[in-house]
Amino acid sequence: MTDPATKSPHPGAEPESFVFDPESDAVIDKILKKYPPHRQASAVLPLLDLAQRQMKRQTGSAWVPRVAMDAIAARLGMPPIRVYEVATFYFMFNTRPVGKWHLQVCTTTPCWLRGSDAVVETCKRVTGIRHFGETSADGLFTMNEVECLGACVNAPILQVDDDFYEDMDAATTEKLLDALRRDAPPPPGSMIGRQASAPEGGPITLTTLDFAAGSAPQGGE
Amino acid sequence: MLNDKDRIFTNLYGLHDWRLAGARARGDWDGTAAILARGRDAIIEDIKASGLRGRGGAGFPTGMKWSFMPKQSDGRPSYLVVNADESEPGTCKDRDIIRHDPHKLIEGCLIASFAMGAHAAYIYIRGEFYNEARHLQAAIDEAYEAGLIGPNACGSGWDFDLYLHRGAGAYICGEETALLESLEGKKGMPRLKPPFPAAVGLYGCPTTVNNVESIAVAPTILRRGAAWFSALGRPKNAGTKVFCISGHVNTPCNVEEELGIPLRELIDRYAGGVRGGWDNLLAVIPGGSSVPVLPKEICDTVLMDFDSLREVKSGLGTAAVIVMDKSTDIIKAIARLSHFYKHESCGQCTPCREGTGWMMRVMDRLVAGRAESEEIDILEQVTRQVEGHTICALGDAAAWPIQGLIRHFRPEIEARIAAFKTRDLKMAAE
Repeated sequence: MTDPATKSPHPGAEPESFVFDPESDAVIDKILKKYPPHRQASAVLPLLDLAQRQMKRQTGSAWVPRVAMDAIAARLGMPPIRVYEVATFYFMFNTRPVGKWHLQVCTTTPCWLRGSDAVVETCKRVTGIRHFGETSADGLFTMNEVECLGACVNAPILQVDDDFYEDMDAATTEKLLDALRRDAPPPPGSMIGRQASAPEGGPITLTTLDFAAGSAPQGGE
Repeated sequence: MLNDKDRIFTNLYGLHDWRLAGARARGDWDGTAAILARGRDAIIEDIKASGLRGRGGAGFPTGMKWSFMPKQSDGRPSYLVVNADESEPGTCKDRDIIRHDPHKLIEGCLIASFAMGAHAAYIYIRGEFYNEARHLQAAIDEAYEAGLIGPNACGSGWDFDLYLHRGAGAYICGEETALLESLEGKKGMPRLKPPFPAAVGLYGCPTTVNNVESIAVAPTILRRGAAWFSALGRPKNAGTKVFCISGHVNTPCNVEEELGIPLRELIDRYAGGVRGGWDNLLAVIPGGSSVPVLPKEICDTVLMDFDSLREVKSGLGTAAVIVMDKSTDIIKAIARLSHFYKHESCGQCTPCREGTGWMMRVMDRLVAGRAESEEIDILEQVTRQVEGHTICALGDAAAWPIQGLIRHFRPEIEARIAAFKTRDLKMAAE
């Protein structure tokens, strides 16, 4: 039964309270300095992000419970509803608990053209997750479908927490999930060894420049 | 082919040090104080003379945009806001600038802010670019430490603060007024214009919003001269541009080239050609998901610049080239974009909120062929009713891919519908 006091879809999941810990507090001071006086509401996105990271640190699950939104509202002098509406408008805030590893598969057209279906299918097969939004039975993985991640020349992309894994296919997805299960995530980036967005096989431009001498190309005037 | 010495983003692929020492070796922060000493009017005139048009999609002349900012403050501060919310499907150029050439962007922020009389600038970066934001913040910290920004930036006498602000996963925040709303701590819902941001922008103050690439190319233009930049590209389509080539090519990549390069040359020379050869090409979306798709016969000859692509009823957009070979279900490829716009509509304007969902549902039926032929025209009419009837351009962006599909691939849609009907009849007969 849903707890009427919290309206939480996960009974028992909503913590009793949320207080920013000293590690978060130190960051908050820096964040607030970015915005003019009386414009502290600008810090609502950074503080929601901070709360989500603190939850990950403290509970192993990166999400923002309602009590954290209330704490942010109090800190920024905003009505709580203003924080709730922001938290639910932006896709990166999880308003429900997620697994230890948050798998975010891009399936927008550029990724789809390069085989994102295989990445999704492999995630499902390996983790036992049946559909987007679900968490695996062992609590290790939550899989979500995301829209364009902005790394399209390295499609398809599988984002795990903060990191982009690029140029994926079924085999590399399985390998990656296996590594995550062993708590040994590989370095992010291309899974086929490409140099960032350069073509496979190596750059064919920017090959004639030598910066070692400290000189830059000059021209024109 | 553009010579390496005329490329602005010399660390596009991250082969070299992205930090301050590496950036300086590549010529960044060279004589910045002398550029500022030319004065704000001279800088704006130079940017105008270079012919630089905004690199974020709309192609508005950058120098002219800067000139809209008030020359005399009425007491309110002015702001530069850099749009690093790169989220247009197919586009991944700003990401490379931010992670591999962050000092070009930071130096550009100083120069552009000075030219607009702004003592502070915010860079709004999409939340998913977490690692990229770390690079950029580290580069900002370095620039402060070296006295390049902060009080008396570069010894110029100009005080300048630069702040990085992370978004949280909303495509709509790439729209400039939605971005400002978001930066103020609200839902990313676009504002009605006028007033334009140059009059009433961030915190109610004069503001200019520029794309990352537009700002990052400014220092090099001012160092090498407007004439150098305007000699590259084609008339009214000057300079170089970072192209993102994705989809069914042999070697997808980003590359900086001159505007006006033939699409075919761009794909063949840099992206290893279309998978299975040029004749296996079905269609290309030439400028990010919002611009209409082009069939092969147009791709054979079209040039990659603002005006050439407008002539064929598409657009350069962000110069994100999405290539589709003949194995592609083109209806499904566009239907997926309809899902994207449905997901990203902020819900503020009725034609977009309701229209994106309606168009998506019809597109899904067209993928299966589960529709009547007349519905193609109805769908086309609905796209016209969404287009131009919303506060921001997301409605247009949702309409254009479908219009492009119907314009060039109507026979495919009709064949799909006919095939579905045949299958239905057969099943009924059995």
